[in-house]
Amino acid sequence: MNLKLKIWRQKNAEDKGAFESYDVSDVSPDMSFLEMLDVLNENLSREGKDPVHFDHDCREGICGMCSLYINGKPHGPKDAVTTCQLHMRSFKDGDIIVIEPWRASAFPVHKDLVVDRSSFDRIIQAGGYVNVNTGGVPDANEIAIPKVIADEAMDAAQCIGCGACVAACKNASAMLFTAAKVSQLALLPQGQVERHSRVEAMVAQMEEEGFGNCTNTQACEAVCPKEISVTHIARLNREYLAAKASSDNI
Amino acid sequence: MALDSKIPEGPLAEKWTKHKFKSKLVNPANKRKYDVIVVGTGLAGAAAAASFGELGYNVKSFCFQDSPRRAHSIAAQGGINAAKNYQNDGDSVFRLFYDTIKGGDYRGREANIHRLAEVSVNIIDQCVAQGVPFAREYGGTLSNRSFGGAQVSRTFYARGQTGQQLLLGAYSALSRQVASGKVQLHARTEMLDVVIVNGQARGIVTRNLITGKIESHSAHAVVLATGGYGNVFFLSTNAMGSNVTAAWRAHKKGAFFGNPCYTQIHPTCIPVSGDHQSKLTLMSESLRNDGRIWVPKTAVKGLKAADAAKITEEDRDYYLERKYPAFGNLVPRDVASRNAKQMCDEGRGVGPSGLAVFLDFKDAIKRDGLETIKGKYGNLFDMYEQITGDNPYEMPMMIYPAVHYTMGGLWVDYNLMTTVPGLYAAGEANFSDHGANRLGASALMQGLADGYFVLPYTIGDYLADMPYDKISTDHEEFQKAETAVKERINTLLNINGDKTVDDFHKELGHIMWEYCGMARNEEGLKIAKEKIKALKKEFWSNVKVLGENEEMNMSLEKANRVADFIELGELMIDDAQNRKESCGGHFREESQTPEGEALRIDDEFSYVAAWEYKGEDQEEELHKEQLEFENVKLTQRSYK
Repeated sequence: MNLKLKIWRQKNAEDKGAFESYDVSDVSPDMSFLEMLDVLNENLSREGKDPVHFDHDCREGICGMCSLYINGKPHGPKDAVTTCQLHMRSFKDGDIIVIEPWRASAFPVHKDLVVDRSSFDRIIQAGGYVNVNTGGVPDANEIAIPKVIADEAMDAAQCIGCGACVAACKNASAMLFTAAKVSQLALLPQGQVERHSRVEAMVAQMEEEGFGNCTNTQACEAVCPKEISVTHIARLNREYLAAKASSDNI
Repeated sequence: MALDSKIPEGPLAEKWTKHKFKSKLVNPANKRKYDVIVVGTGLAGAAAAASFGELGYNVKSFCFQDSPRRAHSIAAQGGINAAKNYQNDGDSVFRLFYDTIKGGDYRGREANIHRLAEVSVNIIDQCVAQGVPFAREYGGTLSNRSFGGAQVSRTFYARGQTGQQLLLGAYSALSRQVASGKVQLHARTEMLDVVIVNGQARGIVTRNLITGKIESHSAHAVVLATGGYGNVFFLSTNAMGSNVTAAWRAHKKGAFFGNPCYTQIHPTCIPVSGDHQSKLTLMSESLRNDGRIWVPKTAVKGLKAADAAKITEEDRDYYLERKYPAFGNLVPRDVASRNAKQMCDEGRGVGPSGLAVFLDFKDAIKRDGLETIKGKYGNLFDMYEQITGDNPYEMPMMIYPAVHYTMGGLWVDYNLMTTVPGLYAAGEANFSDHGANRLGASALMQGLADGYFVLPYTIGDYLADMPYDKISTDHEEFQKAETAVKERINTLLNINGDKTVDDFHKELGHIMWEYCGMARNEEGLKIAKEKIKALKKEFWSNVKVLGENEEMNMSLEKANRVADFIELGELMIDDAQNRKESCGGHFREESQTPEGEALRIDDEFSYVAAWEYKGEDQEEELHKEQLEFENVKLTQRSYK
């Protein structure tokens, strides 16, 4: 099939950026979306033009590196997939496809479709872990965890940190990402000691990074490639209130 | 230079304990005087950097991805082995050791593998303490499954995302050290050279992938945990960014390269669909527990999965069940892979390319019901349909072997130190623990073992003898390395030829797969050697690299890596030529049993091949580390 692509090009963080149009022909329905962009880039390279920069790595839907706003939706038209797992059979011959980077001030653009998501790392650094040193820990089966709890923690833990939730949110809120980690550790016995300080610190960092607030539109859950549920946001809110109620940090 | 593996004296089971006691220690108050660089943030790298930070060293951690959480360890699906014997089914440290040695076709080092089995037990404790949500039984204890032909259930897992959860555990430990200020994180930064001062590794040269800036970082020791090099084949299950550059540059600076031709081919991947294909996707091997593998008895050109039902039972060849009745569809990875290739070579392959075999769940669905199969493999079936557009509940899947994991890597001694003092290699980047073939669920184990439980001990032994003084990055060796890196980049940017970097990478991949893949022979390897030499020459005169250095430039990043892949490819061919035995996944056609099975030649090849770089366009020198087997008896593997 033949397609027309409208792609956001932006040389660097200072550049203003603009859409450019490109035609790609002979696209096979078996190609992934990123392979279709590879074809475009090979064509551009042969013409001596700078290829379109985009993030990608594992191409198996798990590393969370790929991004892209495709026709107004993070990771494109299909539910519960990353961009690398989106295939061209989801499009038709003659389609016009609009491709943009994640849009959020806490995710500034590096170049073209590549954004800076290090704010997510800083949210984790604020407390998204259990303070435990290597070695000298109890035997694994000393910490019994009911299967239902372990499963629920796993549901939260499978967040890949891609940022689609932020990109889809009208407030560019990072609540679903933060909630997934807070929820995972709040559910597990290992996370209890720091339960309150963790949620306070992570929420504070989220705000410091410039992410907006959650207003319960649930756009995040709708686009999450791993189908992380907004119920984790509800848990985050409960955790936060409980922490604040007993906190010294007013 | 003589290879010294530094394997401790004494009985196997006591080597590691005694070695730890004999290792010199760094006084806790002095640890802050040492700087350590860790390149790579996968299981081995993140675990090492976090552990060094905890101990009190100043750590600089580097990854080329935008976040350490994206290292390719995250993609491992199946699980992690540990000799916990929670199932009371007869597992033990020795049994895990034995299975690993045998599975590696007796080309691994006994002492290292026994240590791996020993610390496997601690790894699970560590990960659980970090909050890794492993699968649990209703009573709250950890759940186990069996994997990769093992006769005990020793594999711990977190759904089909075990690698992800373990990596996020290590990443969280790393994040904690970043927050505490003990680890300085450099994401989107690629190591391009290692700097050696007075014979010791004292730092690295990097390129900032956002600004293009070339920078130097000085330290007292350098750890490379930079993963495998399967992408030399262009198509592999590795992430797109996985590359050999850090290890290769270290090799050129004196680190020997061990067993480069040892590549693991994974039997159950989604077949190639066309020339546009950028990578291959692995389907979990657990599918072989219920799926039956077959091809038509007589060739049917371009047979589609949708038409598979038209082939009657009598016209189907369930070739694994026919040839290996005892193991059937569950033969080890190398045997399954080789047989699939054989069927396709005979012209009986299926699908549009003829390079695929069927993996059929029809009988399993009839036997156990659709819901049971959905419950077991639902996510894998969905993923398959996502990629191929075929519904595997209604028709068989198509699979074909693909390059997966590389057992070769930088040669290291028992302390995980390369032949360059102060330069260490961990995880898939070293050669030491898997022999010629890796068992399922053991890569994660090795990454975390090296990072959490080996390097933190062995690095202290080295640093204890080092003076505290830091070397300035103004030192002439740093300046020399920086200049060389800059010159290479300028050369690449100014060739301005006709062919893109991907053109070269694909061509390299074809050569490697055709002549140095699942099956090789003397004649083919000779052809490959000539082809690669020509390819290298053409690359440096005809590659087209766009853009400038002083910006984000992914075309340049790729060119830099592909140039290294071409050189490594040549060494892989040299190594394959030298190893005239069939071993692990490497079927040397000249060495087979009368039944056509792989034939190992222990008298001649029970050694690690460690290659020494001798200069640009010079043949490398082969050194041999003789493998001593005192605790296991070498036997021919047979699955009949």
